[in-house]
Amino acid sequence: MSEVTFSAQTSLPAKKHPAVTFVGRLVREKPLGAIGGAIFLLFLFCGIFAEVLAPYGMNDTDMSQRLQAPSWDFWFGTDHLGRDVFSRVLIGAQISMIVAFMAAGLATVISIVIGVLSGYFGGKIDMLIQRMVDAWMTFPDLVLLIVVVSIVGPGIPQIIIVLGLLYGIAGSRIVRGAVVTVKEETYTHAAQSIGARTWHVLWRHILPNIMPVVIVLFTTRIGAVILTEAGLSFLGLGIPPPAPTWGSMLSGTGRTYMYMGPWLALAPGLCLTVVVYAINVYGDALRDLLDPRMRGSR
Amino acid sequence: MPALKTPMQAYLIRRLLALLPTLIFTSIIVFASIRLIPGDVIDLMLAQNDIATGQDRAKIEAALGLDQPVAMQYFVWITSALQGDLGRSLWQNVPVTEQLAATLPITFELGFLAMLVALSVALPIGIYSAMRQDTAGDYTARSFSLLMLALPSFWLGTLVMVFPSVWWRWSPDLVYTPFFEDPLTNLSHMMVPAIILGLGMSAVTMRMTRTMMLEVMRQDYIRTARAKGLGERLVIVRHALRNGLIPVVTLIGLQAPLLIGGAVILEQIFVVPGMGLLLLEAVFQRDYPVVSGVFLVVGVAILFINLLVDISYGLLDPKVRHQ
Repeated sequence: MSEVTFSAQTSLPAKKHPAVTFVGRLVREKPLGAIGGAIFLLFLFCGIFAEVLAPYGMNDTDMSQRLQAPSWDFWFGTDHLGRDVFSRVLIGAQISMIVAFMAAGLATVISIVIGVLSGYFGGKIDMLIQRMVDAWMTFPDLVLLIVVVSIVGPGIPQIIIVLGLLYGIAGSRIVRGAVVTVKEETYTHAAQSIGARTWHVLWRHILPNIMPVVIVLFTTRIGAVILTEAGLSFLGLGIPPPAPTWGSMLSGTGRTYMYMGPWLALAPGLCLTVVVYAINVYGDALRDLLDPRMRGSR
Repeated sequence: MPALKTPMQAYLIRRLLALLPTLIFTSIIVFASIRLIPGDVIDLMLAQNDIATGQDRAKIEAALGLDQPVAMQYFVWITSALQGDLGRSLWQNVPVTEQLAATLPITFELGFLAMLVALSVALPIGIYSAMRQDTAGDYTARSFSLLMLALPSFWLGTLVMVFPSVWWRWSPDLVYTPFFEDPLTNLSHMMVPAIILGLGMSAVTMRMTRTMMLEVMRQDYIRTARAKGLGERLVIVRHALRNGLIPVVTLIGLQAPLLIGGAVILEQIFVVPGMGLLLLEAVFQRDYPVVSGVFLVVGVAILFINLLVDISYGLLDPKVRHQ
């Protein structure tokens, strides 16, 4: 009934590094996804080197230069305290990237732990965990976040943990689905039948085979985290000032000055939209390339 | 056949039973959010709330029920919640249920209008996209939906507030008028946030419509309809749309969380006195009975919507209820 499958491993011509092959496929098969990935890398670069790239300090005030329109000296203009908007947007990128990578990383780990526990062991544990996940996912992201932040208070570490928890629990569904499929594969049954320890089966057979799903999950979570953090900071419940986050730059006292300096309303929102759009396009391409099973869900 | 239950009844009972544990966990999450209020927050409440200043710490703790054992607290809280008593607002000193009753219909109206906008954008574009799969039009439509997913509603809201005002000295209405007092003024206020919220929601619905239509167009009965010489328009309207839109229409209910989350932000920008604004103000005033009241109502409302979606799905699709 089943074909001989173990010969495939030995006959592969191992010439190029898998990363090189992947980038090649991405550029050839999904050019839009490749552009999205490149834009995201650009923002990542800006975030990492924000201090070096920023022409002015993020909180350097100069009242003689307040509310200047965009010019050669101030690319994105200045705000009501004479702070350079371009410099602040760069630091904003840095904050976004730090929060995004750490929260998405935490979320992915939580998703894997819950998903594997629920999917691999099944039975009563699965039933119990899934009802809890149901209850958690009942609440709208933003409402849940607002309530939790109202308890733990705003701040970068709190936001990372709360967002990690929120998306981690929600994402466990997807990991669980993948685990349930891999669990029934012949190689898993084979390992189990020769008496491999549970830990070994999970580490050597389950985990490597759910990696495509996990990578896609992590990538799309980065976009979601950036957007949600900005929304929270916009509402004044995210990262407190004076940190120039993209969300908080669009809210608070700055809002009243937007009517005098409309450029204040542009840069942070535009950056947010572009980077999230780029990640979404890249995530879609990644899903098509890595995980054919999820292809229909675009 | 003298069956005790019809498949639909059995399906309903199964759904209700499955809902029960979720409902219990949901109430525990809401309860935990009250319990997790750290002690220093009570000090802050004492310092911040005018109503609370005259009272001492023990009184506040008693008002929140924090002076009893946890299991007892949960029991007291859930029984009074089931009787419609969610406590009193510390800030306004009125029953929380009263505030919820005043704000819920407003958020509901915003959500309903947004849903109308979302459907009238998503359905035509989604269907067009599926009919012209992999053409330039399809790519444009899909890019549009991805863009709508990335565009933060609070930025769009900000742009709508700032730029028309700078360019044409026009800005959206920010004074709320009840619908039954003056429907037109009410709608002109609600329209802008509804459009922004609806555009955001249209992205997911559009992608879903496209996927469902593509799925349906591959079915045998479509081939049969074409083979018997039916015109393409009739094939789409009479066969494809009817079957393709069933899951789309029911799955729209599942977007309720997205809708309520978005409403919080847009109600804040456009000063719509709905449940979202109530929640935000309560959070800033540390008015915890109100926060947990909104939290509970939102959770239960969404569970209820999910149940309705499940039921209508079972009604529309016989395969589901026989599973």
